[in-house]
Amino acid sequence: MMQLIWNGLIVGSFYALVALGYSMVYGIIKLLNFAHGDIYMLGAFVGFFTLSAFGISNETSIPLLLVIMLLSMVTTGLIGVGIERIAYRPLRNSPRLAVLITAIGVSFTLEYGVRQLFGPNPEAFPIRLASTGFDVLGMRITASQLVLVVIAAVLMLVLAHIVERTSQGRAMRAIALDPQGAQLMGVNVNRVIATVFFIGSALAGAAGVMAGAYYGSIDFLMGFIIGLKAFTAAVIGGIGNLYGAMLGGLLLGLLESFGAAWFGGEWRDVFSFAFLILFLTFKPTGLLGARVVERM
Amino acid sequence: MAGRLDQALKHAPLRAPSPLFDRPRAPRGVFTSQTGFLRALGGLAVVLLLVLPFMDASRYTMSIATSALIYVMLCMGLNVVVGFAGLLDLGYIAFFAVGAYVSGIFTTVLGFPMWLSLIATICACIIAGIIIGAPTLRLRSDYLAIVTLGFGEIIRITANNLDITGGPSGIHGIPSWEFGGWSFDDGFSIGGIEFPGYVVFYYFVALVVVVVGVIGAGRLGKGKMGRAWKAVRDDEDAAEAMGINTYIAKISAYIIGAVWAGMAGQLMATHLSAISPNSFQFLYSALILMAVVLGGMGSTPGVIIGALFVSLAPELLRDFAEWRFLIFGVLLVVVMLFRPAGLWPATAVLPWLKRQKPQPPPFTSAVSAVDHGEPTVPPSVMESVDGLPATDAEEGRQP
Repeated sequence: MMQLIWNGLIVGSFYALVALGYSMVYGIIKLLNFAHGDIYMLGAFVGFFTLSAFGISNETSIPLLLVIMLLSMVTTGLIGVGIERIAYRPLRNSPRLAVLITAIGVSFTLEYGVRQLFGPNPEAFPIRLASTGFDVLGMRITASQLVLVVIAAVLMLVLAHIVERTSQGRAMRAIALDPQGAQLMGVNVNRVIATVFFIGSALAGAAGVMAGAYYGSIDFLMGFIIGLKAFTAAVIGGIGNLYGAMLGGLLLGLLESFGAAWFGGEWRDVFSFAFLILFLTFKPTGLLGARVVERM
Repeated sequence: MAGRLDQALKHAPLRAPSPLFDRPRAPRGVFTSQTGFLRALGGLAVVLLLVLPFMDASRYTMSIATSALIYVMLCMGLNVVVGFAGLLDLGYIAFFAVGAYVSGIFTTVLGFPMWLSLIATICACIIAGIIIGAPTLRLRSDYLAIVTLGFGEIIRITANNLDITGGPSGIHGIPSWEFGGWSFDDGFSIGGIEFPGYVVFYYFVALVVVVVGVIGAGRLGKGKMGRAWKAVRDDEDAAEAMGINTYIAKISAYIIGAVWAGMAGQLMATHLSAISPNSFQFLYSALILMAVVLGGMGSTPGVIIGALFVSLAPELLRDFAEWRFLIFGVLLVVVMLFRPAGLWPATAVLPWLKRQKPQPPPFTSAVSAVDHGEPTVPPSVMESVDGLPATDAEEGRQP
């Protein structure tokens, strides 16, 4: 029981990190960035590529993991900004359908681009955290799990600080409320949106590296399912709401953990998607989301 | 006063004055009208497809041609959902899977004949369309996109896990159509030409179904319901204000898309006689979407071109098979950025028809009267409705 909760929290913190990017981008330009899950995959592959280039394998050091993670975050962040610049910005005033289709195209491009570069088979991630652990309250906690949860928590706190306390964060919230009004007040809308893409993609990249180190293997389609799950998490928490995304991620991790225990692991994805559909049917604004008023 | 007007109206046949309808007939020739040209083109395509088996009836050609036809059917269905109604469906392959699995289960596990499984397929697709559409179509369109994505995964994983669907290995040995004691597999020969089972029948059945599907979807798009779909696509709030029940419009588009995909699934199940969950990955939903977007959303000829491109590209570009999906992804972005209406946009006008000046409206029509700013028609025509003399109407207005 406690073990299920703990496992759920670990998976949930990955979901939460990815969901944050989804939720931020959606909150600010009302775009479902389908490519977001693939940014997570890219993060893992950037880490893999760098480590392989230095000939490192089967490493267990945590500082190295942190360094690689920072590197991945910067790289994926820049990639995210590039995607926004090339694919999304020209279409910002187009019908919503056009942007969604572009996002699908970007997702496809990233997935199969990585496939062409690294091949279709799963790769072993070079950093594998030690599985030494200790027992607390009947659950087994490994040191690596603890590290991952702490990293995720720190990243989320930093993000919360940026959004709540800095002028950039205030600009983001202003654009989310009213892009034109924000622009009239002197906010550089394009730059703030680029910043949002950078932060969201960096978080996803960090989650990718963490997932690589946690699960040990990465492949070019690993972002697809987690993109869906992260979206589910964002919807559960209330899309556009940062704390909602964190809460939703953790909640979805727990739900999956219990769902897999009750119905069997092969039904885990069905369980969480069914949950998504139920949530959208009965409470589309999510747990913490504000009521959305459609502007005409 | 008002009573007299009512009286007069009661006896007057309520129709517009005839001069309003005295317009020249629209041109109908093959090269002088858009519709005529498209019809001729479609007819030519059907004739060519009918002749194809007599030119090259190898198993390879027939198999590719049949799957291309199935792609066309799928794309026409998705075109109704995405192109006409503007709903982004990313799990479209799920309905294809429902069709294929229902027909597979009905014919192998339950042992029903094929024609019964056809009805079951259509019913199952309608039900599936309602189940997935009813809760989500009230939401914004981008939520729908991701819910359908999740739904596609649910169907695939369920098919992978259940026993009745054969698990990961799927269903094998789906029987072909049977009439009396003769089945498609037997084949037959007329006048010395041998028609082996694999060649002609699935191909011809697919051809007939697809032709009906293409014409049906095109005509649905032009009818009352199609206009409602397009109104909802262009501006949902305005459409609602015009009295369109947007929910009904959306769900009907969704169900029609589901039925089209189900028919395509049935065709594929009988064509390949084996299905497995791997044929229903998200990849294929994206490919179909790609075909619709590339060809031109809402444009029947464009969508057919897109479907043929997507289904035939891997055969024609064998050397690039590995790169195909990457190229498709880039193409999706590029098309959306530079030519969002697709290769053959829905609003396209044939180039040689563009230069023609529109015919001037007839002298007595309301249009010319308004255009010239002065009544060029006698007042009696303007003010009288057939059978209701102008003087009567004038009297009615007096106190």
